[in-house]
Amino acid sequence: MTSAPAAASSDERVLVSGITRRFLQRPELGAAVGALAVFIFFATITDAFARPSGIANWLDAAAPLGIMAVVVALLMIGGEFDLSAGVMTATAGLVVATLATEYGLNVWLAFAIALVVGLAVGLVNGVVVVRTGLPSFIVTLGMFLVLQGLNLGVTKVITGTVQVRGLDDASGYDSARAVFATTVEIFGADVRVTVFWWIGVTALATYVLLRTRPGNWIFAVGGSATAARSVGVPASRTKIALFMTVSTVAAVVGTMQALRLTSVQANAGIGLEFEFIIAAVIGGCLLTGGFGSAVGAALGALIFGMAKQGIVFAGWDSDWFMLFLGLLLLLATLLNLYVRKRAEVMKR
Amino acid sequence: MVTTRFTRKRALFALLALPLALAACTGDDDGDNGGGNDEGGGGGGGESDYTFAVVTHASAGDAFWDVVQNGADAAAEDLGVEVTYQGSGEPDEQAQLIDAAVSDEVDGIVVSLANPDAMREPLAGAEEAGIPIITINSGEDESASLGAITHVGQTETIAGQGAGEQLAEAGVTNLICVIHEPGNIGLEQRCEGATQGLGGAVENLQVDINDVAGAQNTIQSSLQADPSIDGVLALNPAIGVAAVDAVAGAGSEAQIATFDLSGDVVSAIEDGSILFAVDQQQYLQGYIPIVLLKLYLDNNNTLGGGQPVLTGPGFVTQENAATVAELAEAGTR
Repeated sequence: MTSAPAAASSDERVLVSGITRRFLQRPELGAAVGALAVFIFFATITDAFARPSGIANWLDAAAPLGIMAVVVALLMIGGEFDLSAGVMTATAGLVVATLATEYGLNVWLAFAIALVVGLAVGLVNGVVVVRTGLPSFIVTLGMFLVLQGLNLGVTKVITGTVQVRGLDDASGYDSARAVFATTVEIFGADVRVTVFWWIGVTALATYVLLRTRPGNWIFAVGGSATAARSVGVPASRTKIALFMTVSTVAAVVGTMQALRLTSVQANAGIGLEFEFIIAAVIGGCLLTGGFGSAVGAALGALIFGMAKQGIVFAGWDSDWFMLFLGLLLLLATLLNLYVRKRAEVMKR
Repeated sequence: MVTTRFTRKRALFALLALPLALAACTGDDDGDNGGGNDEGGGGGGGESDYTFAVVTHASAGDAFWDVVQNGADAAAEDLGVEVTYQGSGEPDEQAQLIDAAVSDEVDGIVVSLANPDAMREPLAGAEEAGIPIITINSGEDESASLGAITHVGQTETIAGQGAGEQLAEAGVTNLICVIHEPGNIGLEQRCEGATQGLGGAVENLQVDINDVAGAQNTIQSSLQADPSIDGVLALNPAIGVAAVDAVAGAGSEAQIATFDLSGDVVSAIEDGSILFAVDQQQYLQGYIPIVLLKLYLDNNNTLGGGQPVLTGPGFVTQENAATVAELAEAGTR
């Protein structure tokens, strides 16, 4: 095994097969095929799905999920979960909206404070998990409930109601919206700017994972934290940084949603954490850690968004929505598995 | 090995075919409706191939909104138009459902405004596309500013006041008002109204409509914690029924009133365990907007003259419960 890289660089025939092999080994290959299948399926059975405005619609649904799925994938590759990530988006949205509307802060300043809250939540999650060795599932579930309670309780105390409204009158709203929530006209369709953020986050995460030393650390701590530590990987710091990345990015996504809707409900975001995890898993992340990809998670979110809006375009009875969604996701995952298995056979 | 691979492959194909088959089924249904309309819907004059999208803030399986959907479906059948019904309690998802309806180039949109600000942008898109909008249920104050031609619903504060007054008449002095959707402004307004109408102590209690059993526990606990509570106002029929069990479980003497009807609520009113229900006749909130949209498109008519078209409040008490019971069982009240 150790001599393989040397052989590859010296022998061009091995190099060619190496690239094919590497392509087939990529965790996101299955998700890409799944995404294509879902796209073709809905583009065939509905008129609106493949129209520019239809595409903008499902991209809009997929983008916030995609941004979160990518960072959640990093955390999962690092061997941990974050169940508080969904509610964290609402917490950040409420922080921004409350500070801007009730206390007259500039939206950008409010956003900065929300980022600090995100960093702090991630720090607490990470430190508790690393110090106690408790499963992150339990620790972040606790944080999930804490944030859910704070969201409702604090919002009611400060505003006397359960919605924070009127963010569009706050100072700095227009410029913040232009960065985080506006739409750009492409081919006659209004594409949400979050779609470009999603692409950017995916590219950055892919670069970090595959081309940098922290990227190696993430794979190492997810594979085996003890083994990683013994070869000098700062395992605890890597995990804490991952938790902080997830909740800080959740703060960004929450701000995006708040700016877009100009209001935030105190009960928003609950249940989203599972959508993030589902998207990451469809994209090839292992629940056990050590394996996965950012592009795959982004594709997983794309499948989720396409299925969600595609069912609406298809006009299927909404009482059965969750059944359709569940079956489509299962199918996409099975297709993903099938493609990966085939790829493994072909590698030989 | 070969055989297992074949069966596996076959299983995969079967799975792949399943949603297709399901889709085909629903597709056939649509086709049947369309066919029926072409033959039977000629009486209304003009073309009847309209498609209207109803987008609400309710998740599927909600007893109240099921009746709204039944109303919209019945109107679709009566008028020979097509109606789609979608809903999501997450504001961003509801907004995307409106966007989807606009992309789909529907002829009219009916939308509930639990969170009016979040609907501003997608509804502006609908207006820009020339799609008429009717708002239903809550959100009457914002309806016109969002470009709706009419609002069909119930003024929440007034309905709450009415409930408070009736409870005061029944001797209630210390009331809990059970809020089942933490983000819904209309529910807060009902409790405010009830506070004004009762003229006594009112405490708001937060529960989750997606966990009715948990809601029952919460209500029971607060009744046990404060035995002086002599009234429970539920804002949803399922919660109303849960409150009956909670009051029994706590051994409390509290009187119960609820907003909105279901078959269970009506029978509870008949046997006296629920005092009354505030009825906003939500069937009309499904039915009337479809009629209004068709009239608007065919004849450029609007109703209400800028004022909301009120569907409530009416009160269902022991006296008129029997009449309403049958209708509630049929899913139209």
